[in-house]
Amino acid sequence: MDFSLAAVLPQIFTGLVLGMLFVLLAIGLSLIFGLMTVVNFSHGALYMLGAYFTVFFLGYTRNFWLALLLAPLMVGTFGLLVERFLIRRLYGRSPDDPLLLTFGLSLVLIETAKLVWGKIGLTLDPPRELGGAVNLGFMAFPAYRLFVIAVTVGVLLALWAFLTRTNVGLIIRAGSRDPLMVRALGIDLNRIWLLVFGIGCALAGLAGALAGPMRGAYAEMGVTMVIESFVVVVVGGMGSLLGAVVAGIMMGQVVGITTFFAPALAEIMVFVVMALVLLVRPSGIFGEAGLME
Amino acid sequence: MASITRRKFLAATGGTAGAIATQGFFPAVLRAQAEPLRIGCPLPLTGPFAALAADMQRGAQLAQDELNAKGGVMGRKVEVLFRDDELKPAVGAQRTKELIENQKCQFIVGGLAAHVQMAINEQTKKAKVLFISTSQSDEISAKPDTSPITFHEALNPTITSRVMGTWVAQNLGKKWWIIYADYAWGKQNNAVLQDTLQKNGGTLLGATPYPLGSAEFSAHLPKIQAAKPDVLMSMTPGADNIAFLKQVRSFGMDKTMKIAQPLLWISYLKEGGPELYSDIYGSINWYWELQDTIPSAKKFVEASMKKFNIPPGDYGAYSYSGVLEVARGVELAKSTDSEAVANALRKSPVYDHFKGKQWWRACDNKSMQDMWIVKGRGPGKTKGDWGLMDMVAKVTADEKYDRTCAEKGFV
Repeated sequence: MDFSLAAVLPQIFTGLVLGMLFVLLAIGLSLIFGLMTVVNFSHGALYMLGAYFTVFFLGYTRNFWLALLLAPLMVGTFGLLVERFLIRRLYGRSPDDPLLLTFGLSLVLIETAKLVWGKIGLTLDPPRELGGAVNLGFMAFPAYRLFVIAVTVGVLLALWAFLTRTNVGLIIRAGSRDPLMVRALGIDLNRIWLLVFGIGCALAGLAGALAGPMRGAYAEMGVTMVIESFVVVVVGGMGSLLGAVVAGIMMGQVVGITTFFAPALAEIMVFVVMALVLLVRPSGIFGEAGLME
Repeated sequence: MASITRRKFLAATGGTAGAIATQGFFPAVLRAQAEPLRIGCPLPLTGPFAALAADMQRGAQLAQDELNAKGGVMGRKVEVLFRDDELKPAVGAQRTKELIENQKCQFIVGGLAAHVQMAINEQTKKAKVLFISTSQSDEISAKPDTSPITFHEALNPTITSRVMGTWVAQNLGKKWWIIYADYAWGKQNNAVLQDTLQKNGGTLLGATPYPLGSAEFSAHLPKIQAAKPDVLMSMTPGADNIAFLKQVRSFGMDKTMKIAQPLLWISYLKEGGPELYSDIYGSINWYWELQDTIPSAKKFVEASMKKFNIPPGDYGAYSYSGVLEVARGVELAKSTDSEAVANALRKSPVYDHFKGKQWWRACDNKSMQDMWIVKGRGPGKTKGDWGLMDMVAKVTADEKYDRTCAEKGFV
């Protein structure tokens, strides 16, 4: 087998794209968990909705860019409704309750998707201008995948700016550290939680919308992704956004590199790495001890 | 535990009471007329094979309607009962058991994924119920897995991969990379293809297994691209196929190598579109344009167009034929006893329901049949909504393409 840089570099690059989807999903999960201690199991189903909404809006508007914008917004709006009418009722109860609720919700969403869009799945093409492959020197790489990397980096920067440079961001960060004190300052945390849940869901929707042109849209597409994303969150440290980014990229590489050497082990390796990380750092790479207690 | 025992007890006593009541009040003939002939049909109606399963469901329904329009089988109406096996062996086994025990199905026709079909077969063997498998598998008609009441209507990996592999090696190139779904069907095809390639003096550059139902192939592709094969042989069934071809094309690999797969499925050609499937090679058991030359194909296509407004696919044809074979066997045997029906089918093995002459090979109950090499028609070359493939070559049925009876464990 050829182990030269020219052979491994393309592998690293494809792993990076895979990592981007993990990052988008894991950031949303981590944001929601970090602030609200809600383990959002419907995240995979929201990812699936993102892909289907993109197909839907593309059909209506005939404009991919508009569909890519509208689909995450729709998923985010749906997230707002879920928080307002379902999850809000469960605050103050054990973390198992929202977990069960969102798990049930994901089953409902998957079955609904089958009813609405059929069991077969739909396909979706990248826009013409991103249809081809770009010569990177060491390989021809699909233009659309480069675009996925660019969008993710852009979204991460915007999110970082939002959390560090705005008042709302400041409140979100403060709320995740000490909700009681934030309330004592007269801030309505309910509205902040609503917003955060919506943002987290919109990020899942965006991941689905971006994945659509690569993988198509089908009802079960989120089932394995949500598990892998949870692995990413756990490895990065529950609630840590930096952890989600680092672990997401790392897991993309684990899958990419394992696929190169032993394709049959690629799926398992994700869990092996998780086990190894947790042995050394029980609360994840950037996690704080005691978050789940 | 107590509740289960009580439930079982109630079910058993209730069933016995019911049986006594019917036997007591109705003469035997009346009872036979009232009860339809039930055929159970487990299929993966959800999941990555859903489109194929829907096609198979339509095929079996057509067969049922056709039989009932003729007055049923031995004066009894035919009723095909569908169950979702969810593409899981345990669920397939459970649904089959339910079909046989609760629904009183006397025959089972169906199965799509090789590993699920094996689980179905375990149940039908145990219940001594005739099973016509419509899934591609080598083991289903070989010892020790098969049985005298297990029939196999579909092609199998040995036949498709030998035929397709030989044709590809002779016509498209001899340096191959193989990618296959990591389960029974994919593994069997991979083994046969490697063997066929070697016999044709070709070189295998690599073989990659991937988990079935995965939509992400990109991590596999750079390595394949760097190896520069003449042919990329793919066993990426169901919905995987569309994701796979999309990613292969987005990496520009379609321009540097030929893509061939032992199976092409019209449902996915339709979903993926002619651009995606343009110049993709495959082998196939049947294609609706055969209606131009084969009378039974024409009849089948017309019935499907009338009822569903779409032509049947290759797998719908399998289940259509499977149900009709059960009916033919019952009428030949003048009995619904599975063993008698199996013997009757072996005694007059030749049939033609949708593609011209087929026959059951005596030793292993394997259906021998013609097959075709096809190629996706590019955009602008399609005919109507469904005219998506060109027939490149016909391969006439011959027992030599399958393993011999001795190789399959029959002496």
